[in-house]
Amino acid sequence: MKVNDVILQTVSKIATFIILTFGVYLFLAGHHEPGGGFIGGLVLASALVLLYLAFDIQTVEKGIPINYRLMAGIGVLVSVCTGISSLFYGTNFLNMEFDYFNLPIFGETELTTVTIFEIGVSLAVIGTALTIILSISEDVD
Amino acid sequence: MSWLNFAIFLPILYAVFIPFFYKKVPSVHTGWFVLPIPFVLFIYLTTSIPDIANGGWFMHTVSWIPSLGINFTTYLDGLSLILALLITGVGTLVIAYSIFYLSMKREALHNFYIYLLLFMGAMLGVVLSDNLMVLYLFWELTSVSSFLLIAFWYQRDKSRYGAQKSMLITVSGGISMLAGFIMLHSMTGSWSVRYIIEEVGSLSDSSLFIPAMLLILLGAFTKSAQFPFHIWLPDAMEAPTPVSAYLHSATMVKAGIYLVARFTPVFGGEATWFWIVSMIGLVTLFWGSFTAVRQTDLKALLAYSTISQLGMIMSMLGMGSAAYYFAPDSKAFEYSSMAILAALFHLINHSTFKGALFMVVGIVDHETGTRDIRRLGGLMTIMPITFTFAAIGSFAMAGLPPFNGFLSKEMFFSAVLTASDLGIFHMETVGLMFPIIAWVASVLTFVYCMILVFRTFTGNYNPEKLEKSAHEAPIGMLIPPGILVSFVVVIFFFPQTMADYILNPGVEAVLPIPIEDVNYYTQISAWHGWHAPELWMTVAVVILGSLLFVFLRSWQGVYSLFPRDWSFNTVYNAILVGSEKGSEKLTEKYMTGSLRHYLLYIFAFLILAVGTVIFATNGFVIDRSNDAPVNIYELILISIIAIAAVGIIFAKSRLTAIILNGVLGYMVAIFFVIFRAPDLALTQLVIETVSAALFLLCFFFLPEWKKENVTRKVKGFNLVISLGVGTIVTLVMLSIQGNRLFDSISSYFEDAYKLAGGKNIVNAILADFRAFDTMLEILVLAIAGLGVYTLIKLKSSEGNDKRESK
Repeated sequence: MKVNDVILQTVSKIATFIILTFGVYLFLAGHHEPGGGFIGGLVLASALVLLYLAFDIQTVEKGIPINYRLMAGIGVLVSVCTGISSLFYGTNFLNMEFDYFNLPIFGETELTTVTIFEIGVSLAVIGTALTIILSISEDVD
Repeated sequence: MSWLNFAIFLPILYAVFIPFFYKKVPSVHTGWFVLPIPFVLFIYLTTSIPDIANGGWFMHTVSWIPSLGINFTTYLDGLSLILALLITGVGTLVIAYSIFYLSMKREALHNFYIYLLLFMGAMLGVVLSDNLMVLYLFWELTSVSSFLLIAFWYQRDKSRYGAQKSMLITVSGGISMLAGFIMLHSMTGSWSVRYIIEEVGSLSDSSLFIPAMLLILLGAFTKSAQFPFHIWLPDAMEAPTPVSAYLHSATMVKAGIYLVARFTPVFGGEATWFWIVSMIGLVTLFWGSFTAVRQTDLKALLAYSTISQLGMIMSMLGMGSAAYYFAPDSKAFEYSSMAILAALFHLINHSTFKGALFMVVGIVDHETGTRDIRRLGGLMTIMPITFTFAAIGSFAMAGLPPFNGFLSKEMFFSAVLTASDLGIFHMETVGLMFPIIAWVASVLTFVYCMILVFRTFTGNYNPEKLEKSAHEAPIGMLIPPGILVSFVVVIFFFPQTMADYILNPGVEAVLPIPIEDVNYYTQISAWHGWHAPELWMTVAVVILGSLLFVFLRSWQGVYSLFPRDWSFNTVYNAILVGSEKGSEKLTEKYMTGSLRHYLLYIFAFLILAVGTVIFATNGFVIDRSNDAPVNIYELILISIIAIAAVGIIFAKSRLTAIILNGVLGYMVAIFFVIFRAPDLALTQLVIETVSAALFLLCFFFLPEWKKENVTRKVKGFNLVISLGVGTIVTLVMLSIQGNRLFDSISSYFEDAYKLAGGKNIVNAILADFRAFDTMLEILVLAIAGLGVYTLIKLKSSEGNDKRESK
């Protein structure tokens, strides 16, 4: 069954990047505005899902060769390691630190270890969502 | 972290490297890499002997859960030191021995040494921990690691059976011990043994005192293989011989002895404690020696002899606990403390000669291929060194001079003789039995020791009955038992050095007052004079024992008087089979394989549990004072949600149902917007979108949408359950407002910017305040994802198989 999905493909080529950008924005905005690792990850995952829907799995895999199971695992590992690393500084497990720095372009910016933790969360979310969706869709054929 | 705390973890940490050595350096026996660890620990512990001998002790705390009083506190005094020295000292020899015993080519050495190191660390943890919870943790770790060691040759049915048996018995004892510890905690409010001992005066009136004592004793007795829990020890002999030498003679079984000694200051002086510990000990002593005589397998013989010797040590601790009853300057106090000294002395002696004997049996097994004494014989000329070791070890165990077993056996006789004239706890009547049981058991001990030596090494050599032609063991296998038997002899000639540096600090840890304050003599001497009754008891043991050994055949018929089924093993097996069948029947009743049934159970339980609580506590209160006013938008949204929800039930096609479900989700998202929770709204929206995509993916392949054809009865039942759940949830929601048990914590999060540097409170809660939740959540998420993946991949591969087979 061959379906003519030119419109969908054309739209998603542009929409994907908009959604991806939005996802990255949500991720970075997280600490002060609505957003964060979980939502950011979900939005990024949904952008990828759109790609998979518009094109077929093989095509997307050629462009983005990622093992999503590994990604989920790495995500969890990153989060856990962030927690453990605080033990080396004599503080409690999962203790987060933050401080303000004067960066060249951004001006005074807050940098925090939460961001690393959130990277782990995002990776886990993207990895899991896509593992589930891909394995179900692969099972279909 | 102090060196002492580190010492406990050193073996466990080192175990991580064992697979590396095993893989990367296959030409060298992995045991060589393990050997330095116990040796270094042994040297480290010996450096503290002078301090301990001068009455010092070491205590270090590393906080673990300080809010609950659970800290990793190590405490080194004379008693702990004795055990710790045995663990590391015998451990070194056993590992040295195992290098020659276990084949490099055939055995999974990395597993073996990982388990052994794990066990060593756990054992050190048991004897060095001051905190009851930490002690319990290590206690169970010894059970687990010994399970792994016993089941090392897991291909054999008997190994698995033995491992399971020892695990079940020791762990159930351990759990009862935990209950006892919790009772002690609730009486004193502390987990620290030191603190509990200081508080002991106020304890004995508590109603929990006796239950706590009994439960802790149960733990000690199961671990130390006391009657009637001794049945696991002979089956545990399926383990490789180095393991038997280590676990079942020198260390693990002594954990129970250690526990009894450690808690003597808490429970000592009580009639219950005195009676249970000394009587169980004596019964075990007798029963172990009686059963050992009938064994034909050398290792089984040693197993029963270990049981009996452990019983002897236990009974001495029991008799020694009477010291708490007497004033420190009385004669009776002196005798009682002598019993404790004798117990610790025999503890060490037993480790030396029994360790050596196990190694000797291992050598015989290794070089001839059998341990059956009916097939062995005449090995004396072929294996002269092994024979010498066996003879020294056995004669020490039989209590003959000039070996250390003689000294402690004499002290044991003194203990039972004086215990019978103590005149307390009704000893004047039943107490007469003490010397009799002890003497009879000693005769039997003498008999089995002689069987061990003379049946194996004298008589006719029958090479046709053996699997290999016998020859002397390699030098590496002879050195470890050689060192142990040299201790057997050295301790006999220099007992006083041993007493001054090792034993007295140990006794001091068990006794109520420091040793210097007592007019106390710790002279261990071999000669008490002609008029000492102990001497004549020993002489009689030797005479009668020799007679019994020579005429063994003519009286062995005694054993056939006992029906074979009448044993604790039968009881154990019946319990095992019974519990398995019972749980199978029960499980079959509710595991029907129908999802509907499972949901029914869950919902029915929810209704019952929550409903009962609400009803019983009068929890249903409607308090509308805090409610915000409901505006028109919210009413509209709620009615849309309600219509969509009810609509799903009546939907004619799957597509309609999915769309209606989507409507529900988006409406909830709009609710979040109204209540100003943009994060949640965003999450909800994206989730709805992604799950809609999921539906689209598999939509085409789902079975046709049809109404279930179920009977009226089932329908009615479903209706009741669903209405019930709905009602309960509504009631709970309504009563939440009226039942505020705690102050709201939301004000704490208002400081999010100050505490976590985040202006978005939701995000600060997720990633800073409750990051642990989030971490575990993504872990669950990842596991769920992998679960879906595995389920689907597994299913399709099986499908392929089926197609192929067609």
